[in-house]
This record gives sequence, C-alpha cells and structure tokens, in this order.
Amino acid sequence: MPEPLQASNQPKGKLRLSGVSRSFPTPRGTLVALENINLEVSEGEFLCIVGPSGCGKSTLLNLMAGLDQPTSGEIWMDGRRIKGPGTDRLVIFQELGLFPWLTVQENVEFGLRMQGLPKQERRARSQQYLRLVHLSGFETSYVHQLSGGMKQRVALARSLVTEPDVLLMDEPFAALDAQTRDLLHEELARLWAETGKTIVFVTHNVREAVRLGGRVILLTFRPGRIKSQFIITLPRPRHLEDPELALTAREVLAQLKEEINKAVEAEYSHEENR
Amino acid sequence: MKRIVRQLAFYVAVVALWQLICELRIWPPYLFPSPLSVLASLQMGFSDRTFLIGMGISLKRIALGYGLSVLLGIVLGFLIATSEFLEATLGGVVLSLQSLPSLCWLPLAVLWFGLTEKAIVFVVVMGSLLAVTINTQIGMRHVPKIYLMAGRNLGAHGLRLFVHVLLPASLPHLVAGLKQGWAFAWRSLISGEMLFVSLGLGHLLMMGRDLNDMSQVLAVMALIMAIGHLVDRLVFERLENGIRQKWGLAGAA
Repeated sequence: MPEPLQASNQPKGKLRLSGVSRSFPTPRGTLVALENINLEVSEGEFLCIVGPSGCGKSTLLNLMAGLDQPTSGEIWMDGRRIKGPGTDRLVIFQELGLFPWLTVQENVEFGLRMQGLPKQERRARSQQYLRLVHLSGFETSYVHQLSGGMKQRVALARSLVTEPDVLLMDEPFAALDAQTRDLLHEELARLWAETGKTIVFVTHNVREAVRLGGRVILLTFRPGRIKSQFIITLPRPRHLEDPELALTAREVLAQLKEEINKAVEAEYSHEENR
Repeated sequence: MKRIVRQLAFYVAVVALWQLICELRIWPPYLFPSPLSVLASLQMGFSDRTFLIGMGISLKRIALGYGLSVLLGIVLGFLIATSEFLEATLGGVVLSLQSLPSLCWLPLAVLWFGLTEKAIVFVVVMGSLLAVTINTQIGMRHVPKIYLMAGRNLGAHGLRLFVHVLLPASLPHLVAGLKQGWAFAWRSLISGEMLFVSLGLGHLLMMGRDLNDMSQVLAVMALIMAIGHLVDRLVFERLENGIRQKWGLAGAA
C-alpha cells in the first residue's frame, strides 16, 4: 500500500500510538513492560507521563524515539510509521549523555554537524540556542566544568538546536536539587511557549507533571497501561506553591499511590520468592 | 622549579659517583668507561653521522611498524569489541599471543621475508599490535551506552557514529594502549635490530660489542633510552594530560 494513502487514513495528531505493547524476555519469563497503549499527542502539546518506577515510562519514550521497537502495535508521526530514530524527535535522557570530549559549543553543534551543516551556520545556530538557555559565555567550557543545572541546559540546547518537532524528555530533572529544578521548570515552560514544540515529558514527580503539562497521563505498574488522564487547565505561568496546583497534584497522586503500592507489593513478593 | 633542581642534583650526583668509581680503577676502562669517554663516544658518533643515520633508520622503521600496529590494532579491537563471535574466537587468541615475546617472531619473519626491512617491521608490528588491540577493545567495551544512544539520537549512524562517538569516547583507554604499544614497539625494534645486521640503533649497539668499545655501547644505550623517554613525555604524556583535562578526570596536571 502506498504511504500517502495510509497516512490519510490516520487521524490528525503529531504522534500516534496504536495498540503498542513491548515485552522483554527475562530468565523468569516474559516481562510485559507496556500493554496496548493507545495515545495521541497533538502538535504543540505538553504531555506528561507519570507512573511508579518500573512501569515502562522510559520504554515508552524510547519507542517514540525509535531507539526501541514495539513488540506489537504501531507508532506514527505526522502520518508516517516510525521505524528508527529520527532527528524530528529528540530524546533528552536522564543521564543527558553530553559528550565529555567536546566543549559546550561543540556539544550543541553535534546534531548540526551530523546533518552536514557548514561551520559558520552551525556556529550561528549554536550561539542562538545557547543564548536561549542563558549559557552565552560558556561556549569553550567542558562538560565537567558545569553545574548540574547548566548541564541540563546544554542538553536542552543540544536538542533544540536541530529544531526537532518533538522533544522527548526522560526524567531530565530527577537528579537535581529542588531549587535548580524549579528554575529549569520555569525555563522549560518558557522555551515551550517560545518555540511551540511538542513535548513528551516522563517523570515520577507528580507536582512536576502538573506544573508543566497540559495533560498528564498515568501509567499502571506492570504491565504498563494507561490508567487515567488528567487535563490540566491551570493558568500559566504556574508555580509549585499555587494551591490549585497542589490540589490537582493530590488528585493525581491519589491514583498514583495505588500503583506505587502494587509496585511495592510486587517487590516484596519478589523478595519472598527468592 | 624545585622539582627540576632536585632532578638535576640527582643526575649530577649519579654521574659524579660514576666518575669517582672510574678514578678508583677497580675495573679496566675498556670494561667500565668513564662518563667523559661515553660523552666523547656520543660526540664522535654524532659528528661522523653514524648515530644520526642509525637513529634515522630506526625511527623510519618504528614509524612504519608502529603506524601499522595502531591502524590494525584499532580496527581489530573495534571488531572484537563489537562482535560476540570474534570476541569468543579471536579474543582468546589475542590474549595468548600477547604472552609471546615479540622476538619469537623473528625466526619466522626471517624465513618469510628474508633479512629485509619487511622482517623487522613485521617483528615491530607483532610486538605492539596486541597491546593496541586489547586496549581498544577494552576502551570500546567500556563506552557508556548513553553516549551511543545520544549519538544515534542526534543523527550519527554507522561510520560517523564510530568516528564521532565511539572512538573519542574510548580515547582514555585507547591512549593507554597506544602508549603501551609504543613501548613494546620500541623494545621489539631494538632487540630485532640487535639480532640481524641491519644498521639502526640496535645494530650500532652490537657493533660496539664487536669492537670491544664499551663507551659506544653505553652511548647507544643512552640514546635508546632518551628517544623512548622523549616520545613518552612529548607525545603520550601530553595526550593523556589533554584528555584528563577535557574530561575532568582525577589527576589532571
């Protein structure tokens, strides 16, 4: 079947997952990480995915990135099947994966270099995005010379500079202190507003999800299914201290707790079985 | 500065002690030459250009042999690191070959290539190739997966992923291998040159023996040590320091 015909059959939406499952073989049998995920992410949406650890959040993100393939089901982007990684959707990993052998600027230019852009244009673009994340003046620094928050911003710039349509963020702020995280929330919200990117943001931090997302999706614990979704209509800019935000977060958290308990139970029975 | 003064004082003391023992005339000068006569030999060797020619020939051989080892070693190390089949098969062979002193290859090399340049380059390659291979393999195996994921994510595939991510990411190990490979190559070359007539520094060393000229023997030994030390200092120490500084590893100078 020709591609365009398939494409026209697909409903609108930037990113579409239909019946996506992913299981891994383990010595104890098959582990179903994700089961029958149906999800649509619209253009310019800020979608947060929360769930207990081990629910397959990261797996889901890697599938969207094309770094991993679903066991069954299909993932579509702009009406095209995703078969591998593509520079139209970039992942910001929890460990960032900044290259220690490159300077900040060279890190930011990496994607452009892979695209074969001439040096001058690379330089101009990287300057622009380093300004955007408030890192002008650190071009020649090496990664180890930066603080945790600055590294995050380099990773953001490195992904944004190639102007992907979708940013996939995998618990990017989990390892940061509360103050730095708060600052980066602000910046990310600003970048999202300024660039209009579609962002899928995975986290186990409910408040973070409610603060950033326009929609929050809750995954169940093993197998990961979509348990519920919350549309967050709180006005922006949002602050962690906002009482309405705390109220919404509590609502999400109540449902998340059930899944966390399941995760804990599974852990205990696992211990007993040993 | 204090370090340099201390080092200088140490060397002066050693040479003075050496001279003192010579003055005592315990051994005849043709068996235990004085520092001055070794210096004279050095001067002589340089002024009649035998040492220069010897150095030139040795350096040319090592450039060729070591260069080949580095190229082959990186490719081989990469292949073993990325293929489970090769790891299970070639990996063991490489390890056992490394326990073989490189001079063991000389008879084989002479039978294959005759008393030619090829034979000696072959010995140098066999001496250093495995150190480079093993360290490359270890380096690539230890590259955090996240770098590869990030690289692929940003659009690097195939050869570009290798050149721009895998290779630089394994550089700390790789340089250790290059350094070790250089030391092995240099030793293999000199021992190889000593065993067959071939000009080069090793040959000059044996010539000193044949002429019963202990001063020349010591002068050539000093030259061999100096070159080995200089390359280590000027090339590898700098490389290692550069990497440590960039990566922010402990012990950056």
